[in-house]
Amino acid sequence: MMTDTSASKKLFEQNWKRISFWGSICALSQVFICLVGLPSELNRRILIESTLSLGYLFILWIPLVFGYIVSKMVELEGVENPKPGAADLLSGALTGLFGSLGLVLLMLGIDNLDMRDPLINWNPKLFRLLTFENSIGFGSLVWIAVGVGLGTVGASLHQMSSQIRKMVAYATFGLFSFAVLEDVIDDLSEGFRLEWLSDMIYAKKGGMTVTSMIVLAVVLALLPLITRGKFKKTVDRYRSDATPENQRRNSVVLFSIIAVLVIVLPWFLGGIINELLANVGLFLLLALGLNIVVGLAGLLDLGYVAFFAVGGYTTAVFTSPNSPWFSPETHFGISLLVVVVMATLAGLLIGAPVIRMRGDYLAIVTLGFGEIIRLLFLSDWLKPYLGGSQGITNIPAIDLGPWEVRGADPRSVFYMVLAFCVLAIYVSWRLQGSRLGRAWMAIREDESVAEVMGINTVNSKLMAFVVGAVLASFSGAVLAAKVGSVFPKSFEILVSIIILVVVIVGGMGSITGVMVGSLVLIGILGGPRQPGLLQEFQNFKLLIYGALLVFMMLKRPEGLVPTARRTRELHQEEYLQDAWLGDDENEEREEVGEQL
Amino acid sequence: MSLLEIHNLQVTFGGLDALSSLDFSIEEGEIVSVIGPNGAGKTTFFNTISGMIPPTSGEIIFNGESVLGLDPNQITEMGIARTFQNVRLFPNMTVLENVMVSQHCRTSQLVVGALFQTKAFKQEEREIRERSEEILSFFGTRLIGYRLDQPAFALSYANRRRLEIARAMATQPRLLLLDEPVAGMNPIETAELTGLISRLRDEWGFTIVVIEHDMKVVRDVSDRVVVLDHGVPIAQGAYDEVSTNPDVIEAYLGRPVEAKS
Ligand SMILES: Nc1ncnc2c1ncn2[C@@H]1O[C@H](COP(=O)(O)OP(=O)(O)OP(=O)(O)O)[C@@H](O)[C@H]1O
Ligand SMILES: [Mg+2]
Repeated sequence: MMTDTSASKKLFEQNWKRISFWGSICALSQVFICLVGLPSELNRRILIESTLSLGYLFILWIPLVFGYIVSKMVELEGVENPKPGAADLLSGALTGLFGSLGLVLLMLGIDNLDMRDPLINWNPKLFRLLTFENSIGFGSLVWIAVGVGLGTVGASLHQMSSQIRKMVAYATFGLFSFAVLEDVIDDLSEGFRLEWLSDMIYAKKGGMTVTSMIVLAVVLALLPLITRGKFKKTVDRYRSDATPENQRRNSVVLFSIIAVLVIVLPWFLGGIINELLANVGLFLLLALGLNIVVGLAGLLDLGYVAFFAVGGYTTAVFTSPNSPWFSPETHFGISLLVVVVMATLAGLLIGAPVIRMRGDYLAIVTLGFGEIIRLLFLSDWLKPYLGGSQGITNIPAIDLGPWEVRGADPRSVFYMVLAFCVLAIYVSWRLQGSRLGRAWMAIREDESVAEVMGINTVNSKLMAFVVGAVLASFSGAVLAAKVGSVFPKSFEILVSIIILVVVIVGGMGSITGVMVGSLVLIGILGGPRQPGLLQEFQNFKLLIYGALLVFMMLKRPEGLVPTARRTRELHQEEYLQDAWLGDDENEEREEVGEQL
Repeated sequence: MSLLEIHNLQVTFGGLDALSSLDFSIEEGEIVSVIGPNGAGKTTFFNTISGMIPPTSGEIIFNGESVLGLDPNQITEMGIARTFQNVRLFPNMTVLENVMVSQHCRTSQLVVGALFQTKAFKQEEREIRERSEEILSFFGTRLIGYRLDQPAFALSYANRRRLEIARAMATQPRLLLLDEPVAGMNPIETAELTGLISRLRDEWGFTIVVIEHDMKVVRDVSDRVVVLDHGVPIAQGAYDEVSTNPDVIEAYLGRPVEAKS
């Protein structure tokens, strides 16, 4: 008799251990997110009119994802998995149920215990949100229904045909982007005189209207049917017939398109988005500088903000009439020359003593130096010269003849920053492929060997430090002119950390990666003091940064857009396997041939 | 004047004398082998000459100048290059880059040249590349062609050893220190490399010190053999003299001296 291995499992033949494990994690995450205050805080941001706020969305995605995870099969070679069936849906549903039970417990807890002291979000506001301003019973029922439903949906994702799954994915992510990017789309449609479009999609009070949501969902879901992978095919074709000449032409075309977009688009964008882009640019400039230090030369510098501060303060002292001690009120261009000199000096001064240290020691010492510089600016000792905690105000706008770059006109700032970023990209690109860039690479790989192979490691590392310092100081200078004032507070340690996260998440050593990193992190989440696209996240920025960093380290340590080299570095074994499969035979033959 | 002179060299690691009262000199154009049982201090000898380990006492004079207290990169610049027993390439750099970067101390372009792509910069880059390819083609077809752009970690073991030598050659040394260059190679590859070591002197003009356990290689390449045991030189001279020296045989006790024939 044949045993039917491929039949679906019995409905109640479940892996209870797995379900209770993921179910508990699901419950814990939901309770954690509630207690951190994300739902209460983000409840104001409406995504879909009178139906869904960003706050609720932050609870809802959890059962969906865990339902998906719990019903995922581990594919083992040689073992045929049972066909997914109702049993898997049930496991998803149960996981969702577990999560909802967590929320029910939380509601009961808030109702009966007072824990506001350690947990500030243990409060009536959260309670009202969870019970939908109704009774606990009602709230519990709704959450259980929702949890079970979403868990089932999550589990069912495995059972859809890939075509349908694609449609669902398009619709979901599309809708999410439309809802979240409301400000940008509003702004864009205003710029292109298409106000009616955004009026049609979005309700007056914010959020998409239900009708527009349904229409959009349908359109987005049909999108993959219409394109049918044409886009991917085109890309693949370009990739496959990539003779060096074609490749060159393609990258030129791509580059010009991006250049035109970047130059033209700001004219169609409103103040808010331009402001945002200007901030992204300022941090991109910093990140590009740090990328040279960390990504190319491998020096983990945690005090990078010091050079940002030097740029800002030098500009302030030289251009502002309010500088308390020495106030030449020069033009920005002249002060920029001084900035270069000061940044070089600062780079040498901080670099010289610390550069002989390696790895973790370097990180700690630079961390210290970064703080020392900030404390110096803050100190009473330098107050008569640099204004102490009051900083220096009244920094004039940058006068460029016919144009003026000032904070009130974010577009002008954007162009200014753009110019510096282009410079920084050029510098990174050229240095990477030069004698110095190769020396940095060797130092990163093995410092002692690099030294034995004749590389003056101290000088090469100092050079990286100084180039990074100068780029950071440019960013500081523009920031000073943009904001019109500098305070020690703007140069906290947090800046260093965020820039480092941008570089790591983007992809160490990769220029494109750093650009994508700053666009995603600074643009969407915001900088240390600058709001991003999702202004509501202001208070949770660090939480999300941290979560993202952990996720990236686990799933994609090489960053979003890594260099080929770094991917190889982190995935040596896989590469070796490929190489072995690929040309081992050739090698054998060659070697034998040589012997004959 | 000898190219390298070492007087009364002593290196101590926490009470253990890795090298003691070592006197050694090598003339321009010689090939000298250093042999000795495991732990005799051969690698330590190289480490001290190349500046990676400061000696406890003694004097090292290269080309008339003392190298004590200099950084490894300064010593390389003076003209001493080495390979490592436990292959230490830059694993994630390509074959070509490994050789290009080792010309660092013979080239000079810095930030400004790279940014403005000056004529001098381009000229130098071209020369670096050409010289690298010339050096790599010394090893036949093994390190050129598509291998130029392969990361060093993807090379076979024998090729890694060859690349180590290529990298040392790229620093344009006068004295080349090879630490067990044929370890792990099969007999055919060993025979081939033995030939290359002689050509390194004859065609490239390097003076060579080679540490080797394979007595056949030692016999074939060396003008002179130095035997170390427990950090002390116990015998010096032509291969035939040394290989019959009773002290040497005793030092290798338990390990028959190979290639007695
Ligand atoms: N960095 C170090 N710290 C402490 N002891 C060391 C160090 N390097 C070498 N030694 C010791 O010095 C002695 C000589 O070591 P060395 O590596 O020079 O031997 P070797 O002759 O090269 O041996 P092999 O043939 O195995 O390569 C050994 O006893 C070793 O343990
Ligand atoms: Mg050794």
